Amino acid sequence: MKLDIPEFTVVVLIGASGSGKSTFARKHFLSTEIVSSDICRGLVSDDENDQAATGDAFDLLYATLEIRLKRRKLTVVDATNVRAEDRKRIITLAKKWHTLPTAIVINPGEDVCHERNRSRPDRDFGPHVVRNQTSALRRSLRGLKREGFGHVYILETAEEIASACVNRMKLWTDKRDEKGPFDIIGDVHGCCDELEALLKKLGYAIAKTDEPGHLVRYSVTPPEGRKAVFVGDIVDRGPRTGDSLRLVMDMVDAGTAHCVVGNHEAKAEKWLSGRDVKIAHGLALTIDDLNAGGDTFKARVKKFIGGLRSHYMFDGGRLVVAHAGIKQEMQNRASSAIRAFCMYGETTGENDEFGLPVRHNWAAEYRGDTRVVYGHTPVLETEWLNNTLCIDTGCVFGGKLTALRYPEMELVSETARKVHCEPVRPLALPAGFLSAQQEHDDTLDIADVLGKRILTSRHSHSITIREENAAAALEVMVRFAVDPKWLIYLPPTMSPCETSNEPGFLEHPAEALSFYERAGVRRVICEEKHMGSRAIIVFARDSDAARRRFGVTTGAQGHVYTRSGRPFFSNAAETAEVIARTARAAEASGIFAELDTDWLCLDAEIMPWSAKAQALIEQQYAPVGAAAGAGLALAQAALAAAAERGIDTHGLSERFADERRRVDAFRAAVRQYCWPVTGLEGVCIAPFHILASEGMVHTEQSHTWHMETLARLAAHDPLFQATRTRVVDFDRPETRGSAIAWWMEMTAAGGEGMVVKPEQFLARGAQNRLLQPAVKCRGQNYLRIIYGPDYDREENLVRLRKRGLNAKRSLASREFALGLEALERFVAREPLRRVHECVFGVLALESEPVDPRL
Amino acid sequence: MYLEISTTHRPATDLGFLLHKNPNRLHQLDLAFGKAWLCFPEATEGRCTAALILDVDTVGLVRGKSGGDGLMQQYVNDRPYAASSFLSVAMGRMIREAISGRSKERQELAETALPLTIRVAPLPARGGPDLLHRLFEPLGHSITCEPIPMDAVRRDWGASPYVTLMISGTIRLSDLLSHLYVLIPVLDARKHYYVGDDELEKLLARGEGWLKSHPERELIVSRYLKGRSTLVREALARLTEGEDAEPETALDNAKKDIAEEAIEKPLRLHDHRLDAVADALKRLGAARVLDLGCGEGKLIGRLIKEKQFAEIVGVEVSSIALARAADRLERLPDRVRARVKFLQGALIYRDARLRGYDAAALVEVIEHIEPERLIHMERAVFGDAAPRAVIVTTPNADYNVLFEKLSAGQFRHADHRFEWTRAEFSDWCARIAKTYGYEVSLEPLGDIHESHGAPSQMGIFCK
Repeated sequence: MKLDIPEFTVVVLIGASGSGKSTFARKHFLSTEIVSSDICRGLVSDDENDQAATGDAFDLLYATLEIRLKRRKLTVVDATNVRAEDRKRIITLAKKWHTLPTAIVINPGEDVCHERNRSRPDRDFGPHVVRNQTSALRRSLRGLKREGFGHVYILETAEEIASACVNRMKLWTDKRDEKGPFDIIGDVHGCCDELEALLKKLGYAIAKTDEPGHLVRYSVTPPEGRKAVFVGDIVDRGPRTGDSLRLVMDMVDAGTAHCVVGNHEAKAEKWLSGRDVKIAHGLALTIDDLNAGGDTFKARVKKFIGGLRSHYMFDGGRLVVAHAGIKQEMQNRASSAIRAFCMYGETTGENDEFGLPVRHNWAAEYRGDTRVVYGHTPVLETEWLNNTLCIDTGCVFGGKLTALRYPEMELVSETARKVHCEPVRPLALPAGFLSAQQEHDDTLDIADVLGKRILTSRHSHSITIREENAAAALEVMVRFAVDPKWLIYLPPTMSPCETSNEPGFLEHPAEALSFYERAGVRRVICEEKHMGSRAIIVFARDSDAARRRFGVTTGAQGHVYTRSGRPFFSNAAETAEVIARTARAAEASGIFAELDTDWLCLDAEIMPWSAKAQALIEQQYAPVGAAAGAGLALAQAALAAAAERGIDTHGLSERFADERRRVDAFRAAVRQYCWPVTGLEGVCIAPFHILASEGMVHTEQSHTWHMETLARLAAHDPLFQATRTRVVDFDRPETRGSAIAWWMEMTAAGGEGMVVKPEQFLARGAQNRLLQPAVKCRGQNYLRIIYGPDYDREENLVRLRKRGLNAKRSLASREFALGLEALERFVAREPLRRVHECVFGVLALESEPVDPRL
Repeated sequence: MYLEISTTHRPATDLGFLLHKNPNRLHQLDLAFGKAWLCFPEATEGRCTAALILDVDTVGLVRGKSGGDGLMQQYVNDRPYAASSFLSVAMGRMIREAISGRSKERQELAETALPLTIRVAPLPARGGPDLLHRLFEPLGHSITCEPIPMDAVRRDWGASPYVTLMISGTIRLSDLLSHLYVLIPVLDARKHYYVGDDELEKLLARGEGWLKSHPERELIVSRYLKGRSTLVREALARLTEGEDAEPETALDNAKKDIAEEAIEKPLRLHDHRLDAVADALKRLGAARVLDLGCGEGKLIGRLIKEKQFAEIVGVEVSSIALARAADRLERLPDRVRARVKFLQGALIYRDARLRGYDAAALVEVIEHIEPERLIHMERAVFGDAAPRAVIVTTPNADYNVLFEKLSAGQFRHADHRFEWTRAEFSDWCARIAKTYGYEVSLEPLGDIHESHGAPSQMGIFCK
């Protein structure tokens, strides 16, 4: 006997003890697919027959069952299940997770059960148990369908049981193996003229045979390999419902189209079945056309509608089409709730000012990776929202009939010949100031950032954000960061080069160069490191472009923020001026035009250090110099006086004199990076990456391109400074030597040092893993600010050289991958929450404890 | 760090006997955190000076520290250089007998008041030079302090937070050294080692005879014990033993249960505000309430006393405040605790956990949100969480002119991003009510001034 069951269902085995349910289950199903009450009893009590544990055992069984159903896994419930009340909870769970349960009754007869139980020492219960179970089972048999089982199979002899064969069938909605390409067509509503024109536009050839005395027939030939998918609502309201139905039915019959059910079809079917229907919303026109078509036509339509599915899932699960939309947890499952949702959507129970039901916007809450294309709600323009697209552009109301070409994602539409039906609610709502996605993104959801999160980046393995780090990031994000709409990127931290063993040096350029040479990089670029503060500059050509692309409504043209997402300038007017000047310079230097964009995201260093770090300098660095200087001066004087008295000070005077020279060098270093600034007077910006522009994250361009392109800004506005660079080609040793000499010269003159990067933006090493995007190599005097005035005394260097770089480097890699992922998502116009989760992730990672001196 | 002790007592070289140090040698001492030396730059019959020099091992100080506070200490900082508890420890090791007032050779002299001068540098004067006078003058010292400039080249950087302190007077050496031993760390207000119970004993021992009657007693104790409240309370209790003078006022805060706090303290503005909000929530008949931006749970402390509030949820972004709130909750009986929970959340994100409540309170919260992000709070709270009622309080900027300490245009709190006049608040309330379908009524909070209104204002939104 062949038992056809859906590939996703709950199989409820029904049978007395000893009937052979477990054996049957093991024969036909994976061991992991079976949840057994005996095993659960054992799991909670160490004894499969401990009846006292039954309550807890079933709690475990139901919990396991529910989790599996949530994950869309076929599950077999191996328990006696002989009473309706035993089955009820399983059926409730099946309904909750949208699957039709299957009943398989295994009833080889009481004698067989007794016989088996007798041979098992652990089943020492009396014969009355099986007798009661069998009679309960017999009473249940007739009502099983009514209880809610989709399939019921009853196996009553040993032969039937032995010969049974389980056949798993795909769900009707499951078209995952159809990869397309598709042309998904919105609500037709009897607008057959527009439909025919649209199909022609899409390259379909239409032949209509309409000879008197014969049925009207359509023969539609799609372009090679393509298929049409109708989102339903073929009927009602429009002038040619009959023809529309004929065309769609003929295409579906010919296998050149799929169609899902719309609410208007459901209503037409009700009328066709002779049930009581209120004739409204254009149904009268459909009735006329159906009557005109005669009984054969009516019968064909009734059968056609009866066979329409709630939704289809296509292309390996990447696409779902449903009339009114579908939630993620309903896709490729079956239940009456799903059918209702797919036809009507979800309403809030309230009516709007036009008396129409207010629809709950399920798409706003949609978080699935599967694209959902749907119709039902007429909109003026189609817009993607959270991976969903409504393509009902109200043709019958005088709008247009729209098709989405998939996977090309192109929209093709045909304007309505006229207003066929006056809409209750005007279609021509004022065009949105922001796009639907921007409107929706305006307020992010805390569930998208809080708690432990695992993020994926196309540039690395998945990245885990720990809960406590997310909690810390939330505080910074909420209290200090700029509007998340500007926050499309945060820069990664940067590791120093390996520690040098050269006397007097903690960091030396030779180490930085060798790091990449060992990793197999052939060319690196050395960039002068500026002692300022890191800044991200996001800006558009004008405030209109900023609104369009970033969805901001404040009239701002851009923003400048720090590496932790805070506004760089405390003063909004200064921010606005920097943005305006940056945009003007980008315009004048032709960068906007060259990259065919009207916005840019730049990575830069803004000087002086004191502009951003004034408080740090006042409260920390300068006081250290003052304190050290004052104490040392007194100590030196006391020792000198003592020595004068002829006391042996054991070289301590020299030691303190030396110490003082180091403190003076420290104070000079601090002073060097501070200069007074009034407004923007004295501020200097050195940009070094053009991170992204419309449609592009510029990771394919070399750093040489980035630096050369950005250097052009300096020619147009003194606010910008070009950064000095040297390229080292490891095949030409002289370039290496000259880079080292260059570093020596720069740092001797008080420079902070340099940053070394592989010339290619994305350089990969062993196992194709991304290399460090950059390492820094800081000058001897600059490092006093980091490690203290006397860090370079040999006894201190010995200890400082033991620093470990792994944590810092791992952090840099993860932040780099996440930052780029944020940009990729922004450029691909993904919802803001998808960009934000990456940026938030970078901020969270930054709260991991790492030696801040690295 | 540098400390210098001079005397003009004759023979001045007796200072060597008092310090137990030979004036003609360099004395060296190894400490866990560096090295200390003592030498005598001058040693004549008429005048003798001893100099204590401390050199802290900067690299050793940082190594081995990680996590939490330790991270910040890894940045370059003044710990190795500024006179601090390091100096007190070095004094305790180098010249212990002198501090205790013991001298093998000159015990009588140790017990005698001598003409002494002390110089300490660089001494942090956190709390301003005024504090130096308040700390030293009640002890009978005359002091001078000379500011240390921040930078020799950049004169525009002004004075550093450090001074060179000179104390002179005729006093017993041990008294003067004990004062310094305690007051140097007090002025620094930071400690380099863990403050444990024995620190309390040290304080009481070194403070013997002078701390009890010092007018800045509470400040000294609390700074010396680095604000550890139980130790501070214990110390003050032991110092005030036998005194009748209301020890409660100094000690009450932490001791009192949250539940009693409101009743016993004189009514202050914030208390008044919280009472008004609690009262309004009660009048609204709300049972399930949200305290959005609950901080450490002060409003919740009021709400739990009312059985009407069956479910109270505090939402706060700061994990530190949440931890404190949770701590306070721990002390309550299970039955009360079961009605309260705290969530980390941020009002500018939509949050499904907050939907379906009867009422929400935002007490002095909105003014901490950047104006450009306020719309997100409006959408999240009024649009998405959409409780039946919302209570919002915020300062009344009109009233600010009445605060003497507030200069024009300045906000009451450094983190305030705006402060609204009554008209601005009223406009905002009206817009919110219209957009999200609420009725709003406004109430002043606090004593009303005839032209500037009350210090705070409250909007009550109801669906």
